[in-house]
Formats: sequence, structure tokens, C-alpha cells
Amino acid sequence: MPRLWAAACIAGRWSLLISGRMEVKMKTLKFILHRFLWSLFVLFGLSILIFCIARVIPGDAATMALGTRATEEAKEMYREQNHLNESLPVQYVYWLKSAVQGDFGQSTQTRRAVATDIKEFLPATLELILFAAILEIVGGILLGVLCARYAGSWFDNLIRIVSYVGISVPAFVWAIIFMLLFSFLWPILPTIGRISAGYTVPSVTGFMLIDSLLAGNFAAMGDAFKHLIMPGTALALTGIAQSARITRGSMMENVNKDYVGSEIASGMPLRRVYARYVLRPAAAPTIAIIALDIAAMLGNAFLVEVIYSYPGISKYGINAILNKDLNAIVAVVLIIGITFLLVNILVDLISSVLDPRIRA
Amino acid sequence: MTNRRSNVTAEAERQARKRARVENIKRSWYKFSRNKMSVVGLVIVILIVLVAIFQEAIAPYPQHARQYVDFINANKAPCGQFLLGTDAYGRDILSRIIFSFRNALTMALGVLLVSVPIGVIMGLIAGYYKNRIGSTLIMRIIDIFLSLPSLVLALAVAALLEPNLFNSMMALTFSWWAWYARLIYGKVSSIRNEYYIQSAELIGVGKIRILFQEILPNCFSTILTKMTLDMGVVILMGASLSFVGLGEQPPNPALGTMISDGYKTLPDNWWLTLFPALAIMLIVLAFNLLGDGISDMMSSGEG
Repeated sequence: MPRLWAAACIAGRWSLLISGRMEVKMKTLKFILHRFLWSLFVLFGLSILIFCIARVIPGDAATMALGTRATEEAKEMYREQNHLNESLPVQYVYWLKSAVQGDFGQSTQTRRAVATDIKEFLPATLELILFAAILEIVGGILLGVLCARYAGSWFDNLIRIVSYVGISVPAFVWAIIFMLLFSFLWPILPTIGRISAGYTVPSVTGFMLIDSLLAGNFAAMGDAFKHLIMPGTALALTGIAQSARITRGSMMENVNKDYVGSEIASGMPLRRVYARYVLRPAAAPTIAIIALDIAAMLGNAFLVEVIYSYPGISKYGINAILNKDLNAIVAVVLIIGITFLLVNILVDLISSVLDPRIRA
Repeated sequence: MTNRRSNVTAEAERQARKRARVENIKRSWYKFSRNKMSVVGLVIVILIVLVAIFQEAIAPYPQHARQYVDFINANKAPCGQFLLGTDAYGRDILSRIIFSFRNALTMALGVLLVSVPIGVIMGLIAGYYKNRIGSTLIMRIIDIFLSLPSLVLALAVAALLEPNLFNSMMALTFSWWAWYARLIYGKVSSIRNEYYIQSAELIGVGKIRILFQEILPNCFSTILTKMTLDMGVVILMGASLSFVGLGEQPPNPALGTMISDGYKTLPDNWWLTLFPALAIMLIVLAFNLLGDGISDMMSSGEG
């Protein structure tokens, strides 16, 4: 009988534990779902905003698409085809219907479907941004931790000055400086494009590094990586400087907490104290600033890709902007909005894992 | 007799208030000047503003800031006659940089002077009337504006307008106000629960008076700090826009345009790119240092 009782107790405890875990999981799920639905709403609003900007501000869309020398009949036909004679809300519904199906209309500069163009150019930019983001996370947190660990030393002061300068120099200026240094003065890195002529990599994912790895072509992979270094670093430098400063600042706030002192006094290795009790609570502000920096990267990529002739969506977007290619502009801006929203959801998730209070 | 005495006390009070104000300024300056770097930032900002105001007198060749061609002196490296060299049309780079300062500052001031009031008023309303339909609507609109990187939104708007300085300012303003609205929203949501706001509501003070005379002054330090830091950021964004060709049009000088003209001739004519880039760095760095100083000054209590 007592044995049964003990078994029941253990079972009860387990079920409690499991149900408790389930509850936490449900909460996280609910949080994710909420964030996701919310992003869908924001995306919907964003599409209305962009659509309105693109339709209201410029002049006659038909003239812009066909050129000033087009006949009146051709323009009329274009308007008919693209529902430009309808009222603005009706136009939006038409546009949304085809956009949801992945059809953003024709690009006037490449004469292809905008969706095809985006499929071709988006992976390049994502690869670049991802590379820059990894550089920023690793570099920023590493420098921040080192500065906090050796606060007040010459290293800390040096990094402080460097990060001041780093924040004040725009990414496109870094891009030009790197180009001057590493392609002209000391030519070790390639300047233009994603991969040198002569390498052919079958496109599977669109990510050059992954594709060349899949094909087993390590020479091509190394070459593609070399092409990423300069634009990636140019994009990441401002962010590295910023996140290093933020990490250092929030770690310094935690260093003087009582529990850190008692951990050190109790004989826990310094490295472990720093990793567990100083860095972890300090990570939330760093991650928040990294999300903002990725937004800045998405913007700065427009200039950096132009400088390095990097065939990504931003370069495509700039060409669209300079040629007033409305369909392409709307699609590019929307895609960047989606990317940014996804980054934000990801960051929210990470910070909710690090700091459970956010989930409430 | 009574009248005279009240005059005397009024005079004394005025003196005391004046002394207190001087004292406050002195204390603020003390806090500000603790960090030598912020003083350096302030000095550079003042110098830049002075240069921008007296550009005609300071620039060695004021006529070079406009349409001007002198092919004999084209593409000259920095020398005694042209301190920072000349561009493809033979125009002095130093003069053009000096003249572009005024554009950069005008741009930053213009963008902030329009977008900050809009954002602040939106934030005040949304934060004070929290959980009402109007407030929710404002916050949703702000979320939509913030769902795009501001440079991307500004590029998209500027792309569809005629490219010039005014339109690039409009484009930046369009993507800038939402940041202030969200900042002030957060600040107001916490202030509105303070006792002095509740007492003001209880004795029946008008809503507008509460918003602008009770809440707004408490947001000033936040706004001022953010504005100083943003001066640098807006100048940077403006340079990015003009780099793409969506800002001030040639022959008028703009730092971004000078860089975009210059980098195509690298590495031979390096001075065309390097000096405008350094100029941008100097402006942004100065405003960042100043902003940090102001945030130190404002951080622990008012004065």
C-alpha cells in the first residue's frame, strides 16, 4: 500500500511537471502566434501604404511604363490591362489578388515578371545580410565582452574611440575605403559581383556558399566567400561598434550586482561567472540593438551593393528607383518589409527565451 | 508703504530666481563638461555651424560652389593653391565641402523641425488617451511606418518625387516622425499615471493644458537628446540619398554627390572621395559626441 502511494505521488509529481512544461510551451506558442498574426496585419497595412505612395505621387503610370512617345491607344490599352482606370481601392484589390499569388506585374526595365527578378536577386542579398549579421553578432559581443572584462584598460579605450568613429562613418563610405585599401593599394580581395568569371555553380538555393558546397566545388566556395568579405564587413562595421558599446554598457551594469560578487567570492571561475551571470542578462539590449542594425543593413545594402556591383535585390531596387519602375519598387520595398518583420519575430523569440518576463 | 515692501520682495525674488537659473546652468555645464569628448563635440559643432553661416567669406573660391569650369586646373591633387585638390571640372574641393555644410545642416534641421512636432503630438495623444480607438489607430499606423528601415522608406518616397533637396527632406520627414511618436508614447504612458497629472485632472484642468503644459515639459530632455543624436543620423541619411542621386542636384554641392562622383575615379583621384567622406565623418562624429554629452547632462534629474 505505501508503495502504491509512493508511485501515485511520483506519477502526480511527473504529471504536474509535464503539465507545467506544457503550459510554458503553450504560452510560447501563443506568443509566437500572436506575433505572427500581428505581423500579418502590419504587412497588410504596409502594402496599402506602399501601394498608395506608388499610385498617388507619380504622374501617369502608363506614360512612365511605355515612354513619352507611346501612342494614346497603346497607353489606353496598358491602362485597361492594368486596371488603371478603376478607382484606387479597386486597383488595390486587383493588385493584392495577384500579389498574393506571387505576381507583382511586369518590370519596365528588365521586361520580365518582377517575381522572377526577385527570385533571382533576393538570395544574394539575404546571403550578404546574413553574413553581415553573423559578423556583427560575433564581433560585437566578443568586443563588448572583452571591453567589459578589461574595463579601463588601453584596449577598452582603443575600442571606445574606434567605435565612436565606426558609428560616424556611413556604410557606403566604409565600402569605398575598403575598396581603396584591399583592391587597389593591396589587391587581395575581388571588387565586383558575387563570384569570379570562370566558376559555374548550379543554382539550387540561390545562396552561393551553400550551392557551391552542395556541388562540392570548394574553390568556388572560397571565391564566393572572398566576394562577401568586403561588402559584408562594410555593412557590419557600424553595427559591430554599436553592439560592442551596448554589450559593454549593460555588462558593466551587471558586474556590480551583489550576486556576481558572491559568485566570485564563492570561488566560481571568473569565466563562468561572466558567461552566466553577467553576459546573459546583458544580452537582451544587445539583441534589440542588433535587430535595429539589421534594419539599417537592409537600407545600407542599397548603396553597398551598388558600389560593389553585387547582383542583389537592393541593386535591382536602386535601378528600379532610378528608372521609376513602379511595380519593381513596390515589390522590393514589400519584400524588405517582410524580411524585416521576420527578423523582428526572430529577435522577439530569442529575447523571450533569454528573458521570460517578456512573454507575459 | 505695503506696496513698496511688496515691490522689494518681488525684486528679491526675481534676483533669487535669476541666481538659481545661473546656478542651474552652471551645474548643467559642469555635468556636461565632465566628459571631455562632449566638449570636443560641442566645439566642432559650433565651428561647423560658423563655417556654414560664413561660407562666402571662408571658402577660398566661393564661385566654385556653383556651375564653374576651369579645365586647366582639373583633377589637381592637393597642393598649395587648392588645399584639398580639384574635381573633374577644376572646382576646388575645399570650397565645395564648405558650401555643402549649409545644405547638410539645413536638411537635418528641416527634417527634424517638421517631423519632431508631428511625432511628438501624435505620441502625446496616443500615450494620453491610451486604449481608446484613436490611440490604437495612431499606434497601428506608427507600427506600419516602423516596419520598414527608414532609409528604404525614404528611398522609395524620394524615388517617386522630383529629385531635389526639398523633396529628399520630405522623404526623410515621412519616414522619421514615427520614431518620435513611439518614443514619446512610451514616455507619456508612464508620466500620465503620476500624481500631479491625476491631481490636475481632478481639479478639472483642460486636456490641452495637461498635454502641453504638464506632460510635454517632462518629455523635453528625451526629445532634446534624441534630436541631437538624430542630427548626425539625418545628415548621414541625406548623404546616402544624394549619393544615389536623389538629393541636391549638381552643380550644387552635396557631400553624397561628391563621393559618388569621386569613387568612380578611384584609386587615381583619391582626394575626390576621401575628403568629402572625412567631412561627413566629422559632422556625424561631432553630433554623436554632443548628443552623448547632453544625455549625460539630462540623465540624473533636471539640473
